[in-house]
Amino acid sequence: MSDSQPPSNESGHTLTADDVAKVAQLALLEVSDAELDRFTGQLGAVLDLAAELNQFDTDDVAPTAHPFGLFNVFRDDVPVDEIEGAERAVELRAEALAAGPEIEDNQYKVPPALGEAL
Amino acid sequence: MTATQRSTEEDLLPDGWEMVIGLEVHAELATRTKMFSPAANEFGGEPNTNIHPVCLGLPGTLPVVNRKAVELSIRIGLALDCTVGRCVWARKNYFYPDMPKDYQISQYDLPLNSDGQLELPSGAVIGIERAHMEEDTGKSTHVGESGRIHDAGYSLVDYNRAGVPLIEIVSRPEITGPEQAKEYVEELRSILVAVGASDGKMEEGSLRVDANVSVRPTGAEELRTRCEIKNVNSLRSLGRAIIFEARRHVQLYENGEAPRQETRHWDEEGGRTRAGRSKEEAEDYRYFADPDLVPIDPSQEWIDEIRAALPALPKDRRDALTGHGADPAAAATAVNRGLDGLALSAIENGADAERVLTHIAHNLAVDGADNLDAGNFAELVKMETSNALTSTQAKQVLAEMVETGNDPAAIATAHGFEAMDTGELEALVDSLIADHSDEWQRFVAAGQADDQKERKKMQGFFTGQIMKATKGQADGAAVNKLLSTKAGQAS
Amino acid sequence: MTSELTSATAIARDVAAGSRTAVSVAEEYLARISERDGEIHAFNTVMADDALAQATAVDEAVAAGHDVGPLAGVPIALKDNMCTRGVRTTCSSKMLENWVPPYDAAAVEKLRSAGAVAVGKTNLDEFAMGSSTENSAFGPTLNPLDPTRVPGGSSGGSAAAVAAGFSAVSLGSDTGGSIRQPAALCGLVGVKPTYGAVSRYGLIAFASSLDQIGPFAHDVADAAAVFDVIAGHDGRDSTSIPEQLPSMSDAVAASIADGIDGLRVGLVTELSGRGLDAFEPEVVAAGAAAADALAAAGAKVDEVSIPTAVAGLSAYYMIAPAEASSNLARYDGVRYGLREPGPNTASMMAASRTAGFGDEVKRRIMLGTYALSAGYYDAFYGKAQRIRTLMIQEFDRVYADFDVLISPTSPCVAFEFGAKADPLTMYYNDVCTIPSNLTGHPAMSIPFGLGAHSMPVGVQLMAPAMGEADMFRAAVALEAAAPQTGREPGASS
Ligand SMILES: [Mg+2]
Ligand SMILES: [Zn+2]
Repeated sequence: MSDSQPPSNESGHTLTADDVAKVAQLALLEVSDAELDRFTGQLGAVLDLAAELNQFDTDDVAPTAHPFGLFNVFRDDVPVDEIEGAERAVELRAEALAAGPEIEDNQYKVPPALGEAL
Repeated sequence: MTATQRSTEEDLLPDGWEMVIGLEVHAELATRTKMFSPAANEFGGEPNTNIHPVCLGLPGTLPVVNRKAVELSIRIGLALDCTVGRCVWARKNYFYPDMPKDYQISQYDLPLNSDGQLELPSGAVIGIERAHMEEDTGKSTHVGESGRIHDAGYSLVDYNRAGVPLIEIVSRPEITGPEQAKEYVEELRSILVAVGASDGKMEEGSLRVDANVSVRPTGAEELRTRCEIKNVNSLRSLGRAIIFEARRHVQLYENGEAPRQETRHWDEEGGRTRAGRSKEEAEDYRYFADPDLVPIDPSQEWIDEIRAALPALPKDRRDALTGHGADPAAAATAVNRGLDGLALSAIENGADAERVLTHIAHNLAVDGADNLDAGNFAELVKMETSNALTSTQAKQVLAEMVETGNDPAAIATAHGFEAMDTGELEALVDSLIADHSDEWQRFVAAGQADDQKERKKMQGFFTGQIMKATKGQADGAAVNKLLSTKAGQAS
Repeated sequence: MTSELTSATAIARDVAAGSRTAVSVAEEYLARISERDGEIHAFNTVMADDALAQATAVDEAVAAGHDVGPLAGVPIALKDNMCTRGVRTTCSSKMLENWVPPYDAAAVEKLRSAGAVAVGKTNLDEFAMGSSTENSAFGPTLNPLDPTRVPGGSSGGSAAAVAAGFSAVSLGSDTGGSIRQPAALCGLVGVKPTYGAVSRYGLIAFASSLDQIGPFAHDVADAAAVFDVIAGHDGRDSTSIPEQLPSMSDAVAASIADGIDGLRVGLVTELSGRGLDAFEPEVVAAGAAAADALAAAGAKVDEVSIPTAVAGLSAYYMIAPAEASSNLARYDGVRYGLREPGPNTASMMAASRTAGFGDEVKRRIMLGTYALSAGYYDAFYGKAQRIRTLMIQEFDRVYADFDVLISPTSPCVAFEFGAKADPLTMYYNDVCTIPSNLTGHPAMSIPFGLGAHSMPVGVQLMAPAMGEADMFRAAVALEAAAPQTGREPGASS
């Protein structure tokens, strides 16, 4: 790793403030103009770092989503009432619902939704 | 697709245009618990009672795949002639309050089932691109002044349905019109029910259909811009929505414009589709392999085991009946009602196929039919075809067989149902003719003048008299035959 | 090394034997917490009542002659990203400041049934994103060895709790080094198990394919004792490995008895820090000295080159943020956590997320969103996933010839607050630890002398998947050979 130096923050990356604004919108985050500038520089630097990956040829390499090749992990089709008991199942529901910021008629209350997906 | 259907569908669009339709059918799987969570998979119920930390996506929870849901999905894949193989769970990321994790776990580039086909009763074969597994969302109800979505007010979210296992069956764009689309959905539904994978109830939302519709010049190979129509809640709406949308496309092209790729919603009251989000502004779903889950790679043994246990499919069941001389439509009805097994046994026991299927179609409730012994049923039909019972009597005996489980001969005897011998019946007819000579003359004259209306009316008069005199025991068909013969002799 | 009073294994032995009560041990630790945690801020939540109740139950079980488990009465601190039923679990985020889980994490369940006494929930970089615990929404944790310096992160609170004597052992989580690096900076043993060895059920996800829970301890034997309790298959975690690992306590005993003769050890060239400005010379020297110490103890030590190891950092900063961007989508103000008002659902969600997350979390969410988005996936996320494959292949090849690998844990000793304000400089702290997360392999940090400012230096041992026993064997030898530092647990400078 003798040719590798700690990453530098100075870069001519092409990530623009518009890109970051779009990404913030996709992630449902509001960013001020000042934040946008700051984030653009910081994220651009990390993306530059990612360019380091191009020194490795991965054309014939399969992606790894997961370190080991586990597969076919299943559970039986048995309801929680039978696994943990009816009483615990009720507690779990009640305690989960109790964390809701706003509950009405046993449902989660939210301001009106616009359209199908946000 | 029959010739008449084809011509009807061709008439739906202006000359020179044809429809190209692909369907995406979502079916809820008939499991006890959800796809990744041990919460109950039950329809209805008080809001937020079928919930558990996992299907609420509470921090720290992890999904684990329901083996039964996979098995049911493999059944579906095999029934649709798909290749069943290694699949990877993927997250589809978008924000939506109905979706507890703000991503949906689905399958993307590696679905469980791919490359299948579905043969329709009419004979057409529709390609199946894929049938993948995914989880359902919850439901929100808008509460506000007018209930309209853009008014102030609020929404209430119920996660009972969130995480219910779904299979999404995606056809190739090979469906040619609304009738074929309906036929496809009906056939698919009966397969899902037959293999025990889903209850297929469109009215409860456990079967949902989205239609991808485009048009092209007749005979062209190209695929033009399609629109995906959602919110179609019945087969009737499906047909209407497809026609509306295809015509809209044709009109756009004929005006020198073109449709844009978008999701559209069927407005049942307005009888039209309305634009939703266009694909250009649509979400970037950022699919990636779900790191909380591992792939499914069903072994050949498992697949073989599931295949071996697969019940007969609707097509095979129809073929079994038509192979015994049943009319295709009557066979389809029997299969759709789930009474084809009974019908087949009765026919194999020597009963007449047409009579059997008539009873199956009209005189048997699906619920009561379990009680019915196929041998007894065959016996009943034989009594009927040998004129030992009239059709009216047979119907009555059948009802009682379902209720009591007794055999038809015993029931008939208890009711004193004995076929009148032909001589007895003829004597009765003769005496009625003598008593009602005016009516008889009118009947004979109508026959000579070929006045079917009058003839039918007078025939009804005599049949009614005879039934009255015999308390319904006379065989209507025999009576009609006697009346015709005598009228012929009289003219 | 640990004194008899602070060793977890000694506490468990004494409590089980009835020579000390769990309650007296708990009181002693709780007293130190109330004395000094106001300054150190290791804890977000101190569970004093729960701890005394649990300790009382342990004492009653001892009195009744019941089996009390291998950690009877051992005070343990839990990183505040592990769910505890009835006790708020915050991830050091405003988003979850008041969230109370309805269940215990699998690891917490196991600790409780082993007789351990949870004393509190420890501070962390928000959602475990950071290497200094400066990113907590509730203020930083101070390094008990020098309060002007960071304890490392993201499990800085768990490291500080053990270093300050607030608990005998603790649990952290390690996604890119978040156990090993703070262990190094606080002079502790810290273990990241093989991915899937410890259930993630109830661990609030940062990056699901990398996250692992592991112990902090004063010594290798204590770390082994906790490891043995929390490891094991769990049907609630699909990524839990089905195989049973051998007992690490047995491996420790065997190493003490038999030594490490013939153990094949590789010093990783690319992670040794030689010739790199970012590595402190004392750190580089400690790595080499540790390798020499193992050779002196009978190991067969060689240097080994793993070229892809240098790509770890870049691959990690694509993969971890990508998974995080999706894992953290659920914090939307609808079902739990912070809710800010808005005229419609979308604006409520955006307002809640904007108010609930700190800058580092936002940065990583945006980075991950970008890496996964249409048009960039192949170049960033996809490429990183392929690099991950290359790394696994290369490490597997190396492990054909070596039982364990060695390197420094962190390029530097504990640094002063604010010293690494630039994100990239901070990210570079994890350069040595990240490869084991990407490969899923186990790794641990063992204190090995002092570096700059008389702060502790940690040395990292790495092993192939499920190779923890060899790793613990080597750790025992390193621990025995480590220079005496004069630093006693709980002592501050
Ligand atoms: Mg779809
Ligand atoms: Zn779908």
